[in-house]
Amino acid sequence: MLDASAAKTADVGAAPFLAVQGLEAWYGESHVLHGIDFEIRRGEVVTLLGRNGAGKSTTLKSIIGLMRSRKGSIRFEDRETISLSSRAIARSGIAFVPEHRGIFSKLTVEENLMLPPVIGRGGMSVDEIHKLFPNLRERARSGGTNLSGGEQQMLAIARVLRTGARLILLDEPTEGLAPVIVQQIGATIRRLKAEGYTVLLVEQNFRFAAGLADRHYVVEEGRVIDMIPNSDVDANIDKLHAYLGV
Amino acid sequence: MATVFGIPLAVLFGQVLIGLINGAFYAILSLGLAVIFGLLNIINFAHGALYMAGAFTAWILLNHAGIGFWGALVLAPLIVGLAGVVIERLLLSRIYRLDHLYGLLLTFGLALMITGLFRVGFGSSGLPYPAPAELSGGTNLGFMFLPNYRGFVVAASILVCLGTWFVIERTRIGAYLRAATEDPDLVQTFGINVPLLITLTYAAGVALAAFAGVLAAPIYSVNPGMGQDLIIVVFAVVVIGSMGSIAGAVVTGFALGVVEGLAKVAWPEASSTVIFVIMAVVLLLKPQGLFGKVS
Repeated sequence: MLDASAAKTADVGAAPFLAVQGLEAWYGESHVLHGIDFEIRRGEVVTLLGRNGAGKSTTLKSIIGLMRSRKGSIRFEDRETISLSSRAIARSGIAFVPEHRGIFSKLTVEENLMLPPVIGRGGMSVDEIHKLFPNLRERARSGGTNLSGGEQQMLAIARVLRTGARLILLDEPTEGLAPVIVQQIGATIRRLKAEGYTVLLVEQNFRFAAGLADRHYVVEEGRVIDMIPNSDVDANIDKLHAYLGV
Repeated sequence: MATVFGIPLAVLFGQVLIGLINGAFYAILSLGLAVIFGLLNIINFAHGALYMAGAFTAWILLNHAGIGFWGALVLAPLIVGLAGVVIERLLLSRIYRLDHLYGLLLTFGLALMITGLFRVGFGSSGLPYPAPAELSGGTNLGFMFLPNYRGFVVAASILVCLGTWFVIERTRIGAYLRAATEDPDLVQTFGINVPLLITLTYAAGVALAAFAGVLAAPIYSVNPGMGQDLIIVVFAVVVIGSMGSIAGAVVTGFALGVVEGLAKVAWPEASSTVIFVIMAVVLLLKPQGLFGKVS
């Protein structure tokens, strides 16, 4: 499908895949990001953790270009994207899976799946996607929003895998889903990592994130205040609980 | 001669035919309005003026370039569609983030300007436009006499409505359009050019209006006020069928044309108001329109 091993060796000593520096963003007059700094290397799964309203989703929206009012620096594959439109950012190889999944009710499951245009090589074929998510084949003709919440989340992830995008922004993929579905989504993300995809994950469910990610960035009041490698999570568990207020 | 409720059948069928022809124009025009409103959130008050511009374009092509009906049926929608591109890029694209009212005022102003320009250029009285020679005469269907051109108008508009439905519901670009109607920002994050999609949608919507204008030219006289008379009824049709529904616009357009035609036989005094009475009743009982979904 793609050369995961090549992707892994390529990052040694190379520039980060995605580097965010001094990112600020506004909703109208309200200043919500006050200087976000973090980076992701090729092939990593990285999470943004933090309480509700800390600025995690806004960070994803800024990366994909949905925040009209943003400044600072976002470099993707060493190319500055801060002033690009979301269309141009998508074309450069970043895919966005929004909170609440963003399945279109006026489109069938199949139309939802086929909607994003292919923007680069190395995307999954429809057959591969159907193998990964058999339900989507069975329900191809149903309306997109007639699927269960879990199936809609699978569809939201599946449709960006066709495009050849290499970096996937996932905004709260487990929100409101049953534990068995959450496990499936976890398995899917692990599979993507094995295939060489890079994933930036926003999660409230810390236990879910800890089972998947290489590193965790902690976001508080629009700033990144800490970075914890997944191997150090156990040693830092009290600190993390304090950050997240659990 | 057979009669129904004391009305000769031939008269009844004649009125149904007139109703279908009016309905054909209602359907094409409300279809364009619905498509434009669905994606642009703009109530295109200039629609009637652009329908009129389509008819005038056909007249100008015939009298100044020697291009007849069939050429005009292709060229006039392209020319008016191009004008639509200019209107959308120059004016409408600046007001999408504002209240509906601004779009309504802007397109209403445009309608007055376009109508005024044609009045200055061509006067207010109607100009004749001949039906194509291939469609002159009529066919005796046994129960009534069908003028060929009028039959063609009904058939052509049904084809155009079906074609539009097919493009929107069954093609890739139609899927882009439906998705952008729901969430344009998200569609943009897939790398789809939504501003271009919006421009093309407006152009296609007004091209439909121009197509209807060319069809209308041989039936009604070509005059600057022809769009104004029609557009008020078309807005009632759109409200009844529910704003933004493709099937709703088409079915309601034809159905109300026929209802209006029958009213002319049954109760002539009411024929000009029957559509508005239906609109009032629908708004009272089902405010989202006959084809609308409760949100």
